[in-house]
Amino acid sequence: MANDAVNRDRALAEIARRVPAQRVLTSPAALSAYASDALTAFRTVPEAVIVVESTDEVTRVVRTCAEHGVPFVARGSGTSLSGGSLPVAGGIVIALNRMNRILRIDAEERVAVCEPGVINADISRAAAAHGLYYAPDPSSQPVCTIGGNVAFNSGGAHCLKYGMTSNHVLGLTVVLPDGAVARLGGESLDGVGPDLTGFFVGSEGLFGIAVEVVVRLLPRPESVRTVLAAYDSLAAAGDAVARVVASGLLPAAMEIMDALAIEAAEAAAHPGYPAGASAVLIVELDGEAGHVDAEFRRLLALLGDSGARSVRPAADEAERARIWKGRKSAFSAVGRLSPDYIVQDGVVPRSRLGAALAEIDLLSQAYGIRVANVFHAGDGNLHPLILYDGREGGALERAERLAGEILELCIRMGGSVTGEHGVGVEKLAYLPRMFSSDDMSLMRAVRDAVDPAGLANPGKMLSPT
Amino acid sequence: MTVEALAQAVRDHARVLPIGNRTKPALTRVSSDVALIETTALTGIVEYEPAEYTFTALAGTRLSDVSSLLAAHGQVLPFDPTFRDAGATLGGTVAAGLSGSGRWRHGGVRDFVIGIRFVDGAGRVIRGGGKVVKNAAGFDFPKLFVGSMGRLGAIAELSLKVFPWPGPSVTVIAHMRDMAAALATLPRIARLPVVCDCIDLVPPANLLMRISGEESALATSVDRLRGALGGEAITLDVVRGAEEERIWEAAREFTWATDHLLVKVPTTLTRARVLETSLAMTRAVRRYAAAANVAWIAWPFDEDVAILDSVLTAANLSGVVLRGDEPRARLGVDAANEFGARVRRAIDPTGRFDV
Repeated sequence: MANDAVNRDRALAEIARRVPAQRVLTSPAALSAYASDALTAFRTVPEAVIVVESTDEVTRVVRTCAEHGVPFVARGSGTSLSGGSLPVAGGIVIALNRMNRILRIDAEERVAVCEPGVINADISRAAAAHGLYYAPDPSSQPVCTIGGNVAFNSGGAHCLKYGMTSNHVLGLTVVLPDGAVARLGGESLDGVGPDLTGFFVGSEGLFGIAVEVVVRLLPRPESVRTVLAAYDSLAAAGDAVARVVASGLLPAAMEIMDALAIEAAEAAAHPGYPAGASAVLIVELDGEAGHVDAEFRRLLALLGDSGARSVRPAADEAERARIWKGRKSAFSAVGRLSPDYIVQDGVVPRSRLGAALAEIDLLSQAYGIRVANVFHAGDGNLHPLILYDGREGGALERAERLAGEILELCIRMGGSVTGEHGVGVEKLAYLPRMFSSDDMSLMRAVRDAVDPAGLANPGKMLSPT
Repeated sequence: MTVEALAQAVRDHARVLPIGNRTKPALTRVSSDVALIETTALTGIVEYEPAEYTFTALAGTRLSDVSSLLAAHGQVLPFDPTFRDAGATLGGTVAAGLSGSGRWRHGGVRDFVIGIRFVDGAGRVIRGGGKVVKNAAGFDFPKLFVGSMGRLGAIAELSLKVFPWPGPSVTVIAHMRDMAAALATLPRIARLPVVCDCIDLVPPANLLMRISGEESALATSVDRLRGALGGEAITLDVVRGAEEERIWEAAREFTWATDHLLVKVPTTLTRARVLETSLAMTRAVRRYAAAANVAWIAWPFDEDVAILDSVLTAANLSGVVLRGDEPRARLGVDAANEFGARVRRAIDPTGRFDV
């Protein structure tokens, strides 16, 4: 331990020679702000935070860490819900927020080249002048960064049709954990050799830091039509999703919220969801106007036949925005119902959604813990919000046990423990439940080969052995 | 054949290369000390729930079998998998990392692979990804194996995402003044609100735009494309039905490139312009797919491949030789990097697949 401290001090002294003092944070007050990400139940105060401004600085800091054996964690806006950017004890945080320039938008090639600290929504904002946008839309998109999106393969509400972050990243420049720089992929939709870009995306910081990200841009859909259908039961809303899928339509999004989530969203964002509904289903179609119009007529007829108590198409952009505001504010809105909550991110095969929700309801009753459900019904990605009061002794532990049972349920049904939030520290114990010991050992071997010293975001995704 | 038999075959040899139906024979040319492991008997669709938009099949399963099954349920692999009718297997398609013209709209093979089981260099069967369309758990091995060419491990089983059939299609063929004019028009077409499934460009200067969707809306889409092309197209044909199917079948099966060396070159519009300028002075037969994100080059057998190699190098491009008698598997610049080297060492430490 003493040696670690000596090495750390040497590393910090060297970094201080290369990075201006005002960007090397070491005061307890400053460090405290970085001790947690959006998974606030976990806290670790780092030794220092280095606010880098260039690729060159990232490389130098990482090399210095490598030379002195100091662990580091890259951080953007700290919106990880799995503790992905939780600092490591005795380590430093490399803050990338100031590397927030969009280096280039090439409308002809339909790509944007971004530094890692660029805010997700800023890419679409900058691309709008060219009629283009960046498709992945995690709920945190007004604040989360593209670097974090890459590290955790972020999703969003439109994954059914558009896929996740990895489907939109064409190339990366990465600083490997020893400071070596590698270029992966490029600006083409196609590639030669193993898809290393795809392999880096979602590696949760264990392979190093992406310092330049090439994303593909899509033309903004000419027409977006959204409908809100209300149901008297969650099961009925789930059945409606099955009907939409069977019809051959390919919606851009299909989202369901249950009564508790509706209540919370209504109180926080006033989206005007039908009062007293047990579930609302949001379905969105997008594309060329003529095609979307015809598809939307089919969709409305189908929903009209699905036992909905009301089917309300958004009349205009303002109404559409309101519907989405309610949905996207659901997580934070639940904060009004309960002092604390855990957001889960499990995935089940879509056809098992109804069964999964019924079991979650039983678990909720058995534990006597309220669970609000908001989920991406189109791709089976559940987001149970488990409400608890952290001031009550043992409440967090009970909530975590319930969360764990939900993850076990997802695994049992042939799904995944995480659809879009990543494993981070939160689901460390559950990844080995999903994969065999051989699978886990190869993941560890890959990590060890890329980062033999184990300095890049240690303790995330792969539990220490 | 079973997955365990595949693993045993890998363990039995110091140097191995898994092969399917060898529809891309240049990818399987190796020295005689390498054991070729046939995966064509490792077949079968393991799981298919149409309502899930996913299926799982063993690596040697033919694409044609997959497509027929999906079609019976109104579903498709939208990226137009190549060499389907020639007998290509699912594993070979993923390993070769090949996507057809349809990749323009919804993405390529990399965007549809969600799960994998493969045999690593130690002969163990490893699982990566999963069977659900959305999954962020663990390292993304399914993507890593796209383009791995059998040189990283032996793919045993794959899970892919599928989409509903997009509806009837129509193809607009715009005959442009010359290739330069066509390449100048391409980016504008690529940003239109008219959503094309495919945007291909073939010499002398034909832009092929495929649209699919609601029957009632197709005519409007065609009119809008016509309007967007304005006076730039010399003539414009609209093709439907069997004739239209044949256009894309030829593209997918590469019947236009027989008796030539066939090379895939990932590119960008800017580089494609440079490439086309050089290739126009040769006897190379070209096809640019996905709005010039991929150049397919058919190089005459009697032409020196070194010329093509230097053309690609000059344009800072890499190419993969798929068919034809050429000792070099890669042409142009070498995209190898340190990250890839480290990953390879972990998965195949003894270089069993490094052939």
